[in-house]
This record gives sequence, C-alpha cells and structure tokens, in this order.
Amino acid sequence: MENEFILKVRNLNVRLDHQSIIENLSFEVKKGDALTILGPNGAGKSVLLKTLLGLIPYKGEIEWAKAIKIGYVPQRLPFIKDIPLNIRDFFNLKGSPEEETQATLNSVGFRDDFSRKKIGDLSSGQFQRVLIAWGLVGNPQVLLFDEPTTGVDISAEETIYNLLAKLKEERDLTILLVTHDLSVVYKFSTDVICLNRQPICYGPPQEVLTPESLQRLYGGEVKYYQHKH
Amino acid sequence: MDHQFLLSLIVGISVGGAAGYLGSLMLSRRMALVAGPLGHLTLPGIALALMYGFDVSFGAFPFVIFGIILIWLFEMRTKLPMEALTAVVFASGVAITFLFLPIEQAEAALVGDISRVGFVEAIISVVLAFLLFLVVRKIYPKIVLMNISEELAQSEKLNIKKYNLIYLGSIAIIVALGVKMVGGLLTAALVAIPASAARNLSRNLAQYAIGAMIIGGISSSLGILTFKITGFPAGPLIILASTLIFSISIIFRK
Repeated sequence: MENEFILKVRNLNVRLDHQSIIENLSFEVKKGDALTILGPNGAGKSVLLKTLLGLIPYKGEIEWAKAIKIGYVPQRLPFIKDIPLNIRDFFNLKGSPEEETQATLNSVGFRDDFSRKKIGDLSSGQFQRVLIAWGLVGNPQVLLFDEPTTGVDISAEETIYNLLAKLKEERDLTILLVTHDLSVVYKFSTDVICLNRQPICYGPPQEVLTPESLQRLYGGEVKYYQHKH
Repeated sequence: MDHQFLLSLIVGISVGGAAGYLGSLMLSRRMALVAGPLGHLTLPGIALALMYGFDVSFGAFPFVIFGIILIWLFEMRTKLPMEALTAVVFASGVAITFLFLPIEQAEAALVGDISRVGFVEAIISVVLAFLLFLVVRKIYPKIVLMNISEELAQSEKLNIKKYNLIYLGSIAIIVALGVKMVGGLLTAALVAIPASAARNLSRNLAQYAIGAMIIGGISSSLGILTFKITGFPAGPLIILASTLIFSISIIFRK
C-alpha cells in the first residue's frame, strides 16, 4: 500500500479577520510520509494544521483518505495546570480505556504507576511526551504536531524527536509536523513545505531547502550547515 | 426539629452542593466570577418578586438569561474583555434595582433569605438542583476538555456550541437558585469558594469535583445552623462558612 495518498490539498486559501493567512497552497501527503511545515513566526503554520483538522474555514480543497483517524498534538495547553488533573483523568477525557492509557504511556517511555501523577507536577519534557501519548489514543494513522518541543530544553527536545521517529516506525504513522527548527527538518522529514503565508518551497528537504529559498522564507540571510556524518 | 428549619437545610445542602459542583467547572475556566455580575443582574428580578410576592428564583431566572445574552452580544460587538463587560452589566443591575426596590426589602435581595422558603419552593429547588447535578455530571468531561483547549475539544469532534449552551444554561439555573440562598451580592462566592477549597485539597479530577460539591453542601448546612443559633442572616453565614473551609484547605494544600 505504499504511495497510498493520505491527504491532498489544492489551492488552499485561509483568511482570518479580513487578513490573508495562507494563499494558494497545494501539496500531497502519502502514507508513511513525515511532512514538516517550516516557517517563521506568524507564517500560518499552526493555522494550516487547524485548517487541515477542519477547525478553521477555508477556500480550496482538502481531501483526507476515507475513514482516516487523525491524532492532534497542540502547541501548548496553558490552562491545563489550572485544573487538578492527573494523567489518567486527562486520558479519560478522550474516553481512553484503562489498558490503552497504560499501553500508550508505556510506548512513550513511562512506567505503569506514572498515570497517577498530577499534570501540574510534570516537567515540560514529560508533559510533551504525555501529549504525544494522548495523540496516539485510538490508534490514529496520521499525527499532526504543532511545534512539539516548544518550551522544552535541548536534551528533552532530542528525546522527543527520537521518540517520534521510533513511534512512526513502530506504528506505521504518517506525520505532519510544524516547526521553525531547521535541524528537525533534515533529521526527520521526507518532505518539507516552506510557508510564509504563501508557499515558498515544497519537496524533499535536501532538494528544496536552498540558501535562496531560506532567504525568501525568513526574509534575511540564513546560514545553516547540514552536517553529514 | 423545626419544620421550616429542616426545609431550609435541605434546600441549602442541595443548592450549595450543586453550586459547588458546577463551580468546579467554572473555576477551571476562570469563569467563577461571572456568576457575581449575573447575580447582581438578578437584583431587579428579585426586587419584582419581593414586591409582588412570588418566588425570587422565578424573578431572577429571566434576568440571568437576559444578562448572559447581553454579555454574549457585547462581547461579539465590542471584543472588550469579559470582566469589563460583566462590570457594565452588573453595575447596571444594581443601579436599576435601587431605583424602585423599597429599602426595607433590600436585605433579602442583597444577601438572600432562605429561612422562609416554602414547601413547594423547596421541592422545586431540590428537584432542579438534582437535575442540574445530573446534567453537569453528563457534560463534565466535555467541558473540562473545552476548558483545557477548545481546539483540542474540536479536534475530538465535540460540538462546542451545544455544550457551551448547556453549560451557560446550567449557570443561569444555579444563579437563579443561589440568589434565594445568598442574595444577588454573594452568588459568585457560592460557586467559587467551595471549588477553590476543593482544588487546594485534591490530586485528581474526581476528588476536585466531588470535593467541591461536598464543601458546598457542608458550607450551606454550617451557615444555616449558625443562623439558627445566632439569628444573623443565613446568606452571609453560608459564605463565611465556606471561607473558613477554604482557609483550612490552604493549610492542607496538595
């Protein structure tokens, strides 16, 4: 079933508060792809994910494969610590059965007794892993991640991307990931969309991430050396 | 035991418990104080009820609904923060009330009077409080998810508008029931303080929600018992009882 299409987007246009946020974006995602959406702050990356989830009105065409299950991991959940919630409670909100909660938490590296921990007591890295596990409940075929390492220190960031790569392999996942971190794009993705309201480039990162495209994307001189070990 | 006292106690425990339970949802959405302005806005309705001798909750209810619609409309039109809008609404409620409410009836409107609750009123209040508990229990996980993130809730295919409507309707009912106990001035405390105390004492969602309900019920009974002994108005005593429990909860904070 390789080359099976998961998502087709054609001429996507999104306007919010009379402002154009995304213009004429077209791309396709195949099963097993890891597509990174790269761009500066305010480029429309998070809006794109929300539009793909059907949370924002749009013009154009978004076509998901039939009966596809999608998991979503948002960028931040600032209000979650206002609520005395342990991890099990958080999973119960999604209707996750006890065994699935435990298995999913195990798959992101937590022990069985971890589910009794209060969300407010978690480190940012642990919380991000819990969010990833939450996104995996219900065995989605596609995971949408919005900047999964925001507010996470560098060592935890490494752990999270290694974890994503491992989960992708184990669960045969297709991943769409928003980031502004170039190193992630090279390490992790099969394709990249450079987005700054308009699409700047689209394709395999080694081919399309040129100094020119990056300059157009970030609007200045960008120096990045891809280390080849 | 005196029949009237027993009625007050039963209504107090039911409404106090339901208010605490719903309050645990409102606190997590930073909406607990919205009950305050809504309570104030019920004052003209309470004034009408007192002047024409019908149940204060019936007088209050249409005004809460009016207040919710008003705040919602203002927010859509002005994009001002919710606090500013609620301030406009509640100040207007108080102002209108004192234009026509005789001052000798002001106390019952401002701080409530549960000591004279009639049998039919008591039955209606208890049934409504119980139904409210069932509704809130049903929507609880959905509203918690919406409180955490509306986007996350939408991505889980929750019908946000439907649950918001049920949630606001529940707030309207609890405010209308609450004004009878603690008056228009203190309604916010009825929902906010038990939930705040429960939050200090709980490590998970069940402890928080049930704890808020129990603390709401206990505060009401303590307030009504103290009223029986001291003769001070029950409304403020209920609130002070919950404040005492809140103060104790700070010592045992988890």
